[in-house]
Order: sequence, then structure tokens, then C-alpha cells
Amino acid sequence: MTATATTSPEVMETTPPPGKGMRFVNGAANYIEDRTSLSGFVKELGRKIFPDHWSFMLGEVALYSFVVVLLSGTFLTFFFQASMAPVIYEGSYPTLKGVEMSAAMASTLDISFDVRGGLLMRQVHHWAALLFVASIGLHMLRVFFTGAFRKPREINWVVGFVLFVLAMGEGFTGYSLPDDLLSGNGLRIIDGMVKGIPVIGTWISYLLFGGEFPGEAIVGRLYTLHILLLPALVVAAIGVHMILLIVNKHTQFAGPGRTEGNVVGNPIMPVFAAKAGGFFFIVFGVIMLIASTVTINPIWNYGPYDPSPVSAGTQPDWYIGFADGMLRLIPPHLETEIFGFTVTWYILIPIVVLLVFLLLVAFYPFIEAFVTGDKREHHIADRPRNAPTRTAIGAAGVTFYAVMWAAASSDLIATHFRLSIEGVTHTLQVMLIAGPIVAYLVTKRIALALQKKDREIALHGFESGRIVRLPGGEYIEVHEQLSDYERWRLVSYEDYAPLMVRPNAKGRITFGTKVRGVLSRWFFEDRIAPVTRTELEASKHDHH
Amino acid sequence: MATSASSTRSRRAGRRSPLASGALLLIGLLATGGAYTAFTAGSTADASSETQVAKLTEEGAKLFAANCASCHGLQAQGTEDGPSLIGVGAAAVDFQVGTGRMPMAASGPQAEQKPVQFTEEQIAALATWVASLGPGPAIPDEKYLAGDGDLAVGAELFRINCAMCHNVAGAGGALTQGKFAPGLMGVSAKHIYEAMITGPQNMPVFNDANITPEDKSAIITYLKYLENNSSPGGLDLGNLGPVSEGLFVWIFALGGIVAITVWLTAKSN
Repeated sequence: MTATATTSPEVMETTPPPGKGMRFVNGAANYIEDRTSLSGFVKELGRKIFPDHWSFMLGEVALYSFVVVLLSGTFLTFFFQASMAPVIYEGSYPTLKGVEMSAAMASTLDISFDVRGGLLMRQVHHWAALLFVASIGLHMLRVFFTGAFRKPREINWVVGFVLFVLAMGEGFTGYSLPDDLLSGNGLRIIDGMVKGIPVIGTWISYLLFGGEFPGEAIVGRLYTLHILLLPALVVAAIGVHMILLIVNKHTQFAGPGRTEGNVVGNPIMPVFAAKAGGFFFIVFGVIMLIASTVTINPIWNYGPYDPSPVSAGTQPDWYIGFADGMLRLIPPHLETEIFGFTVTWYILIPIVVLLVFLLLVAFYPFIEAFVTGDKREHHIADRPRNAPTRTAIGAAGVTFYAVMWAAASSDLIATHFRLSIEGVTHTLQVMLIAGPIVAYLVTKRIALALQKKDREIALHGFESGRIVRLPGGEYIEVHEQLSDYERWRLVSYEDYAPLMVRPNAKGRITFGTKVRGVLSRWFFEDRIAPVTRTELEASKHDHH
Repeated sequence: MATSASSTRSRRAGRRSPLASGALLLIGLLATGGAYTAFTAGSTADASSETQVAKLTEEGAKLFAANCASCHGLQAQGTEDGPSLIGVGAAAVDFQVGTGRMPMAASGPQAEQKPVQFTEEQIAALATWVASLGPGPAIPDEKYLAGDGDLAVGAELFRINCAMCHNVAGAGGALTQGKFAPGLMGVSAKHIYEAMITGPQNMPVFNDANITPEDKSAIITYLKYLENNSSPGGLDLGNLGPVSEGLFVWIFALGGIVAITVWLTAKSN
């Protein structure tokens, strides 16, 4: 509010003469306003409302950790040399002295041991990157399970998904830059996957690496992607994401006074901006604390890349783990020979599975919109239990992802839980198929049971634990009624019934309509209807 | 030969003085003893140590019969339950028994480390007896165990030859069928050397033609460097690589930040 007052001249006249400090601010604001007419924009932006719920801050965590990644990454570019030219390391780390390595590896070691604050900045950059992708993941889960991707926010879901993929790309290109043993092995896996693609695979691999793997070009190329192209795309996508966030307004959970037509919370100016600024420093602080106390990516242990050794416990960073896990789960020897050419199904199947999984995530809003046939806008976030089928689908997806993810650390699971690695792999293979089905069924039942419980509480109140003996000798437990405020949360949610298959204007039932009918039945067959006003009225009369 | 030469000389020159004969006797005895010592210098086996070896061998045979023979056979010839130990050498016994792997508590994918069951002397006795059955790798010389080899060479050799099973930082790793390569931190230099020359469990043998004793010493130097120097970056999270880093970021970094967001948005009661 203060911000809008200082920038608009009409309001200025009615306010008392400003103090000495404010005169400069007002002058500067007027100066800028006269030249840019920015006040309208600031007014609009300043009144953007953010509801107060912890889960709405996860996207902010992603944004702030990205800022930290940018700052620390800029520092690293001052010292990193993206070159694979061989040099003899003469820095201060004793176990690598005199060892031949690429300039990229040597300069990363120099950043770690000979540049003041370099190791801290490397660790800040890497930890912040891991946190960036992790918070994007959690943010996506929040948006999914509260149905915040529904109209009008489907496009923003897709933009967010693109950001998630770009973040993984940023992470992977960065992981490969130091040219240490671990990153080289990671690149070798990618190279193997690319070469597994029929016909074009080998050509693409030679194109990427500028010849036979590992070649002398890949670090320089990845560096260009990592510090130029991908960050530009990420920044652009974040920009679009933010603009759409403002255009679409924020979702909110149901509550008294909260409707589809308003947003209840704090405006950006001044409350939210202050809070967000503080929160940025909290996130920054947490990253700094971790980076200064916990090692990440100790390249001095891995040593320079050499195509012959592979260390035990070679894994990608966590966000690529699901892809690595899928490769570990596919049964070996799945290949066919056609006209002397080998088709490597154990590469192609994982690639297809991963792509289909990612595409389902990207297009889920459109799939659900098709099934529900719902063209309305939604600004009230669902409680996950009130959309049992969606929540169950989400749980199945999370399980599928988690099994692949766990499979990436199958060797460590085997050693740390004293199991055989074959046993772990076979168990996970079964879980990859059975896990999502079980998760789907269990989650749906739990969601429905929770809805039933809500309905019960809304109608009859909750058990108070107070036992009363009536004059007639009967014992009853007194049920406390909810306040209207609390009840609101329980009773106000959207109710969908399975769609009826109806003929269209031409009197025909199209194939699409039939599919929609089947899917809609699957989605909404099992449902607990929300408590109606009449039911509430009735319960008020007959409660104890 | 030395004895006869000196005695002829003493007969020729020393008859005149009684003192001279005594002195010559002394010289003769010293020369004889010295020559004998010189001839047998390599084996250090004077009468007492020879009996000691015999005693150790005898004691070792008894210990073996009581503790090992049920699987390895009374003459260490091997049975269905355990391999022959003829020719495995003292180093193999010192490693297997000295790290508690033998005698095995139960059969499993591989013999596992557990509290050592014998005293130093008993282990030495067992090793001596098994070594007496046939030639095999001996317990390594102290000079290779000091940890003063070439650090960078050791690190490189370790990455090339050892890291695929034991992990670059010696944290250990998984093998097939429930077997595993153990972590190497806290393992004594002698046992590391013995493991390389005898190849216990699933480990290949790295003989002296493959990795020279100096290079083995360098590898030990690298492992001791890792053991004695904490990670430059702070806590090492078990040196398990990106898996432990990923778990850490989800549980502690994101977990901590979510706790903060809940706290920030909590309504005052």
C-alpha cells in the first residue's frame, strides 16, 4: 500500500508533508514514474496476494536456491577452465600431485584448494543445485495433490514441468564439467544410451563428443550449455512462470470468506515482500550452513577421468537417479539381431518408459480435464482426500518414481542392509510393477475413509471423551460440535459424479464420448458426497 | 676349513708359551664360531630359534587340528567344506585369522570380519605350521608397511586396481550374491598388504609382478592418508557419493526448510 501511495501523485497531495527521508524517495519515485509510467504495474504487482500456507512457499525455495546457484556459479566461472587439454597437476592437494589430467579437472582442484573461498563456493553451488531440483519436485507434488494445475493454470504446470526438465539438464551438464572419474562415468552411460538408439545413435554420439568418446570437446560444449543456453532458458521460463502466477492469481485452501472469486492473504507490498526477503536469506543461510560443514562431490577422491576404472558406488546426482535406476532394473540380454544389426531393447525400453512417464506428468492437467469434462476455473485448492482418484494416481506415480530412484542405489542398499544385490534388484523389479498398483488401491481407500471420517465429524461432531449418565441410566459420550469456521473446511468441496454418455448435437455417440464415459466412471465411481445443507440442518436437531 | 688352518698354525707357532696357547685357543674358537655364524647368517636359525620354530609348528599343528581341521582337513588338505591350505603361505593365515574372518562363525556368502579369536602367538603358530606345508606368500616386511611410499602413485594405482570394488575412498562396495568388498578404513597396513598378495574371498591376487612391493607400499600410503586426514570439505557422509548427498539434501536441507516454512506460517495460538 505504501508503495502505491508514493508513486501516484493524486494520493501524494492528500498525505501530510513527507519527512526529510521520504522527500528523496518521493522525488525519485516521481522521477521514475514520469519517465516510465510504472505505477500501474507496481500497483497491480503490489496488490498480488499470497495466502499463508507453508506448502505455498516451496516454489519460493526453488526460486531462492536458483538465485544462490546463479551467484555461486558466477564465482566459479572466474576460475574454471572448460578445456580438456592435458596438464600436469601441480596444486596443493598431495594425492594428485604430478598426475596428468585435463585442464578442467586441474582448475576445479585449484578452485577447491588454491582459490580463497573456492571450495565453499563449489559446495554452495552443488548443494544449492541439489536443493533447487528437490524443491521443484516437492513444489510439483504440492501443486499436483491440491489440484492447483486445473484451469486456468494448466499452461503454468507445463512451464513448471519444462523448468524441472531444464533443471535436470543444468544439473547433469554441471555434474559432467569437472571431468573427474565420476562425471566421466556418468557421461559414458549417456553415451551408451545414445549409441543404443537404432541407426542414428552412433552418429549422434560422434556428433556430441566430436569423435569417439570421450574425445576432447565434450567439456567445452557442456560448459556452453551449462552457463549460457540452459540458464537463459531457465531464467526465461521462470519469468513466464512468474507472469502466469500473477495473471492467474494464487490458489487457496477452502475456508470461510475464501471463494473462487477472491484470494485471502498478504499483498506483496509490503508484508509479503518483507517476508519473502527474509525467507530468501533463511534459504541462503541453510545452504551456506550445509555447504560449510558437509562435503559434496569430493573430486579429489575420484581423481581425473580415465575410461578404464569405475568406482564402486558410482551414481548420478539424485535427480538423474530415476533414469539410472530404470537402466539397472531392465532385465539383461534383451536384444534381437535383425539383418546383422543388434537392437538393444534394454536401452530402448528404459528410454521409452522414462519418456512416457515424463510426458504423462507433463500432460496430466489436460488428461484430467478431458476426463472430468470440467471447463470451469478453479481457484480453491483441493484437499488431497477430496479427489481420491487423482491422489491415488499421484501416489502410484510417486511409487513408480521412488522404485526407480531406489534402484539407482541398489548396490548401497545391498551392502548397508546386508542383502544380495540380485535379491534387491529382483525385489525392485517386482515393486516397479506391483508397487504403483498397491499404492493406487491403498491410497484411494485411505482417501475415501478420510472423507467418511470428515463427513461423520461434520455431521455429528467429534468425540469429546466425556461420558455422561442420563437420568434414565443410559450412558452416552458427549460429541462436541465443530465451530462453523472448522466445519467449512470439511464440507466445502466440489463433488463430481460420473459423466453420462450422451449423444451429441447430431445424435451420435462419438468414440471420444465413450472413452470419456469409461474414464469418468473410473475416476468418480467411488465417492463420498459432501455434506449438504439439509443434512447439516437435520443433524443439528437430533444430536445428543 | 677355517678350523684346520688355524689349528695347524697354532701348533707350529705356539708351543713355547702357555699364554700363547690359551690366546690361540680363544682366537680359534672365535674364528670357528664366526665362520659358522657367517655361513649360516641368512637363516638366523641358531639352535634356540630352530627349536622355537619347531615348537611353534607343533603348537600350530595342535591349534589347527582343534580349530580348523573340521573344514580344512587334518593335514590342511581341504574337504568339501573348506579349501586346501597347502601353499597358501603364512600371509594368508595371518590375514584370515588376524582379522577374525577365520574360523568362520557360519557359512555364508563370504567370511566376515569379527572379533579376533586367537592371540598373536597363536596366530603366529598357525601361520608357521601352514607355511611349513608348502611355499607361499610370507608375512610382509615391515619396510613396506610404514606408509611412506609415493602418495600420488598409490592413489592412482588404487583408483585403477581397487576402486571398482572398494570405492575410490575405500568405503567398500557390493559384489554379486550377497558378497561385498569391505571398507578399508581402519584396516592395518599389514592386513592390506597380505590381502593384496593372498587374494582373500573374492579378491584377486596382486602378486609382485603385477604390483611391485614398492607400489603396494604406495597404495597403503594412500589409504593411510585417507584414514588420517578428514575430508577437506567437512563431513564426508560415509564417502558414498551422490546417494548419501541426495538423501542428505532431501532429509536435512529440504526437510529443514519445510520445517522453517511451517514455523513461519504457523498461526499464533
